[in-house]
Amino acid sequence: MIRYLIRRLGHALLLLWGVSTLLFFLLQAAPGEFFSDMRINPQISPGTIAALRSQYGMDRPLPARYFHWMESVAKGEFGYSFAYNLPVSTLLAPRIRNTLLLTVPALLISWLIAVPVGVLAAYRKGNWMDRAFSVGTSTLLALPDLLIALLVLLFALRTGFFPVGGMTSSNQPQGWWKIMLDTAWHMALPVAALVLGSLPTLLRHTRASIVEVLDSSFMRAAHGHGLSAKSSLFRHALPAAANPLISLFGLSVAALLSVSLLVEVIVGWPGIGPLLIEAILIRDLFVVIAAVVFSTMFLVIGNLLADILLYAFDPRIRVQ
Amino acid sequence: MRITGRLPVALGCLAGIHLLVIFAGFVSPYSFDAQERFHSFAPPTRVHFFDSNGKFHLRPFVYAVASGDENSNEYREDRSVTYPISFFTAGEEYSLFGVWPCQRHLFGVNAPARIYLLGADGFGRDQLSRLLYGGRVSLFGGFLAAALSVLLGLGVGAMAGFYGGRADDLMMRIADVFIVVPWFYLLLAIRAVLPLHIQPEAAFLLVVATIGVVGWARPARLVRGVALSQRERNFVLAARGFGASNFYLLRRHILPSAWGVALTQMAVLIPQFILAEVILSFLGLGIGEPVPSWGNMLAYAQQYHILVSYWWMLIPGLAPVPVFLAYHGLADYLHARLQSVS
Repeated sequence: MIRYLIRRLGHALLLLWGVSTLLFFLLQAAPGEFFSDMRINPQISPGTIAALRSQYGMDRPLPARYFHWMESVAKGEFGYSFAYNLPVSTLLAPRIRNTLLLTVPALLISWLIAVPVGVLAAYRKGNWMDRAFSVGTSTLLALPDLLIALLVLLFALRTGFFPVGGMTSSNQPQGWWKIMLDTAWHMALPVAALVLGSLPTLLRHTRASIVEVLDSSFMRAAHGHGLSAKSSLFRHALPAAANPLISLFGLSVAALLSVSLLVEVIVGWPGIGPLLIEAILIRDLFVVIAAVVFSTMFLVIGNLLADILLYAFDPRIRVQ
Repeated sequence: MRITGRLPVALGCLAGIHLLVIFAGFVSPYSFDAQERFHSFAPPTRVHFFDSNGKFHLRPFVYAVASGDENSNEYREDRSVTYPISFFTAGEEYSLFGVWPCQRHLFGVNAPARIYLLGADGFGRDQLSRLLYGGRVSLFGGFLAAALSVLLGLGVGAMAGFYGGRADDLMMRIADVFIVVPWFYLLLAIRAVLPLHIQPEAAFLLVVATIGVVGWARPARLVRGVALSQRERNFVLAARGFGASNFYLLRRHILPSAWGVALTQMAVLIPQFILAEVILSFLGLGIGEPVPSWGNMLAYAQQYHILVSYWWMLIPGLAPVPVFLAYHGLADYLHARLQSVS
């Protein structure tokens, strides 16, 4: 188990290094940089810009810049943000926390809904409930996440039950308990949008994998031997169907991150999303690289978790 | 069985929507950039059959609307004069297929009345016209990007699977990198490399190319799988024994067998890539004004007061729904068909 984990971890780190290096060279090749907008400004002299560029090491040759950047990554700084004049890690850390604050609850809630509902639909395959389920999921699947987020925002604005924009009220209450409640209140809407966006895929996969197991010959044999429907479902069908679902868990993290970016931008949640878009627009290179690398890291962690779960759940994996 | 029955519906739906969009100039009453300063956020025009005296008109008509003053968005119908809707009428000039200049529109009303079936935006531009022209950008953008992805995937996947060895390893490691980064973040990162302020036409090509290139890895992997299994089949070995060249084998045996996978991938990727274009334009990283795309039209709905007051500004977000439903149906059908064959 330990060796398996270490191998997987090494692989993941190598992949992250590959992604970040690729991004670094790609973005260095981009036309225009943060300082090119300054050149248009007559109040900033060319000398100032040159000084700034050399301060950030932008005038050094590409390999030197790469190693300089690698050094700062090793120190945990991930380069420097030109716009905020801060190490990227300082800038990104609260943003990552905020994004996780949305995605982790959304992940849990959507799985907590998806598994029972998917099992129910698979168990009652073909009757009205299943049909309503399939109509519901395909409609929800066809609704763009963009629209879902906007509709959720519209709901908040119309009813006024939920706060709009940001993650805290303007007059922030005192005491950690009240702060927590306040934040949870602000979280409700973006989390709802995320759950609605990621639910249809999860539901469909859950249903499909359970249906496949229920159709298999060992389930028919269990039925033939007179096992009750309940015990065969919980004792035999669910563990057998768990395997593809656990793999899906890793993938659902990725899907959720992409939807989260949009939702954050639309409801004005101070997560990675708005920062990344802003950094792209002003060409704040290191922020872009770090945001993409961190999103990749979440995905890799999701896959790693899925692998560990698989290892724990499925004895067939352990044999190899 | 159930899936087969839905195929004609899906195909018909797609054909209909694409025809509407191709003939956007004819179907829409105005051009996408025709502004009417006094009709900012005019609500959808009501089509009447009974005039103010209660008399029935066989030909539907509209009333001219006007607001009290220029800054107010409260519009009233002027019930004194009726403006009948005329069909196949002459209107603003547009070019059919981008070649033939043409003036015929499906419907229209005489000035000073204007017909906004789906309301008007902040500049008083007809939402329906913009939706149709925007559909051109969004639908064909997604289609072209998916075609590019699948072509790249076919080329790389077939080569990697067929030749195997070092090249295969290298290609699949690169594909791993493309698959492991959440694809929307990757799309944004690649977009960050490219210039921001460019002409709409250049932006369209750029966005299509970016989306297409970012998405190559998944089809490539699938095609590679097919190529790997085909390579060892007896008929391929036999053909090789008869002295067939590698190129012949690829062209005659490997690529045709990947056809089904490629087609299914097309149906899966097109809606995904349409959405990608919509999102990029929504965020201001795609196609910009004045050329409409469903994304940059929807971007106005981000402002709270527009979102709350003018519901018709959300229609560009609903427009992809029938398209996506049809493509999902098509993908399900192709997938089921492919599984039953193999």
